[in-house]
Amino acid sequence: MTTPKTLYDKIWNDHVVHEAEDGTCLLYIDRHLVHEVTSPQAFEGLRMAGRTVRAPEKTIAVPDHNVPTTLDRAKGIDNEESRIQVEALDKNAKDFGIHYYPVSDVRQGIVHIVGPEQGWTLPGMTVVCGDSHTATHGAFGALAHGIGTSEVEHVLATQTLIQKKSKNMKVEITGKLRPGVTAKDITLSVIGETGTAGGTGYVIEYCGEAIRDLSMEGRMTVCNMAIEGGARAGLIAPDEKTFEYCKGRPHAPKGAEWEAAVAYWKTLFTDEGAHFDKVITIKGEDIAPVVTWGTSPEDVLPITSTVPSADDFSGGKIDAAQRSLEYMGLTSGQKLTDIEIDTVFIGSCTNGRIEDLRAAAEILKGKKIKDGLRAMIVPGSGLVRAQAEEEGLADIFEKAGFEWRLAGCSMCLAMNPDQLTPGERCAATSNRNFEGRQGRGGRTHLMSPAMAAAAAITGRLTDVREMM
Amino acid sequence: MDKFETFSGIAAPMPLVNIDTDMIIPKQFLKTIKRSGLGVHAFDEMRYDDDGNEIPDFVLNQSAYREASILIAGDNFGCGSSREHAPWALSDFGIKVVVSTSFADIFFNNCFKNGMLPIVLPQEQVDLLMKDAEKGANARVEVNLEDQTITSSDGDVIKFDIDPFRKHCLLNGLDDIGLTLEKAASIDSFEAKAGAARPWA
Repeated sequence: MTTPKTLYDKIWNDHVVHEAEDGTCLLYIDRHLVHEVTSPQAFEGLRMAGRTVRAPEKTIAVPDHNVPTTLDRAKGIDNEESRIQVEALDKNAKDFGIHYYPVSDVRQGIVHIVGPEQGWTLPGMTVVCGDSHTATHGAFGALAHGIGTSEVEHVLATQTLIQKKSKNMKVEITGKLRPGVTAKDITLSVIGETGTAGGTGYVIEYCGEAIRDLSMEGRMTVCNMAIEGGARAGLIAPDEKTFEYCKGRPHAPKGAEWEAAVAYWKTLFTDEGAHFDKVITIKGEDIAPVVTWGTSPEDVLPITSTVPSADDFSGGKIDAAQRSLEYMGLTSGQKLTDIEIDTVFIGSCTNGRIEDLRAAAEILKGKKIKDGLRAMIVPGSGLVRAQAEEEGLADIFEKAGFEWRLAGCSMCLAMNPDQLTPGERCAATSNRNFEGRQGRGGRTHLMSPAMAAAAAITGRLTDVREMM
Repeated sequence: MDKFETFSGIAAPMPLVNIDTDMIIPKQFLKTIKRSGLGVHAFDEMRYDDDGNEIPDFVLNQSAYREASILIAGDNFGCGSSREHAPWALSDFGIKVVVSTSFADIFFNNCFKNGMLPIVLPQEQVDLLMKDAEKGANARVEVNLEDQTITSSDGDVIKFDIDPFRKHCLLNGLDDIGLTLEKAASIDSFEAKAGAARPWA
């Protein structure tokens, strides 16, 4: 009898090119996604060493971090450095013959939304990108993680990575979610429970009824933030929903190859009795709509709570919590629902997919945002934007008072002009509430698209359940 | 890559936990297409005020620590983004070693690719080095990778663990891509085999 294996074990084993005596492995990479910020130095390195891209047919590039999201973006990028970075990707994609979705292409968008949308991401693959939110692709049962620029160059040159295997961690969400609770609330609540270093050294497999019940979009939201919990990657075993999502996508297999692929994908699950080094179990019914109050994604509380005090923490977290409270301009004991906001940002690789926009539209339908509030919705790709327009969602957003933007990373990391000003407070559906993340001095509260939409209407952090 | 040699240097204390990559190098400096020149922007928002003046309280602005080559940091250093600009900025500033109880995975990997050594130690030993670092410029700490030791200014010798392959690469200044390309035949045969088993991939 063979030893029972986890899903991670199986994908790992199928990609080991070489294993040294000390366990250091050369791992084969099936898909390499590339964006403009973390790749120029890697391509430059190839040129200087006279090397080529080993597998251009497995390498897909799209500019996303720097691109303007305003409707006039065809006029070009004003910021010179941003423009040079995007032009460098244009040139590198052409010179090295890799797949490319330029700014002008309707399929352009955030790399982690474009990959699945175009069928590049498939179950059982290894997927890397010079971007920590590569974890997103784990929703398909693909082993997907972020890498640095030196590793980007390594993958370009060799189609492999030097890796040591991580440990296995299981995060089980049992039972059903309550109304108003979404994938974002799951993933934030897990980080609230484990802390931002709780997953360090592990690959997480998310499982349980509440995870199985999620759509592919929801599963991508959950895996996207595995990195915020410190894990190398997050994984969800593929099932009929996964196959259904992949079927017919431009780069998904067809015909007999499709049948063979599905047969293989059906073997991708954790065997009964397989060993996990760490197990976390959370009851779905215990998860509430949550928001973050501080400057670390672990600073998570149910929307019905009050702002904590630094004394509620221990060790090094006491000083960190004090610093967060000062940075965020909050007073301990204050009700979270009394916190007034200036801005709402709905979008990002965490929550910029069609289902996220539908959830926001459901709350915003027939409503207006609070007077004076700045609110924007940035779809994750040009195709998401087109679909939202076709479904009438864009009308709802515009009538409510939201700006309806073109696709890109936008205010999630504020490399383009979409930024907060010092002290500006934002309800955001993105993934990081770090100091200065959305603009120097900006204050970020992370939440689900429905919660962000509710906050846009009242002008303060709001329990979405009051609007359902 | 330069070989990692034994050195003694000034250690700067940064006890804050969860120092993230946005703190180490904010996004406005990621627009470069070069690796060099980021040192002046390391910890930008903690180091300079809105007008670009140095904030005197920040540790690396204090006269004792301006030449620091070692950081003694709080838990989970380098969390957040995959940006290699973080170790590039630290390295360009002159930092060769970061000591903490834990590091974020991608930052940890990125350090080795740039000749930097991240060292994981238990809390008590980090606390000891933190106290030592708080003494200022006179407290010079020695890092010996060959022996895997850090020696505090008081002569306390602390052993640390490191992956043998990574140690070998740092000590010899080896380039990963060159090493991997020596295994090109293994990659070829893997591709042939995997291409037959999973032609869609």
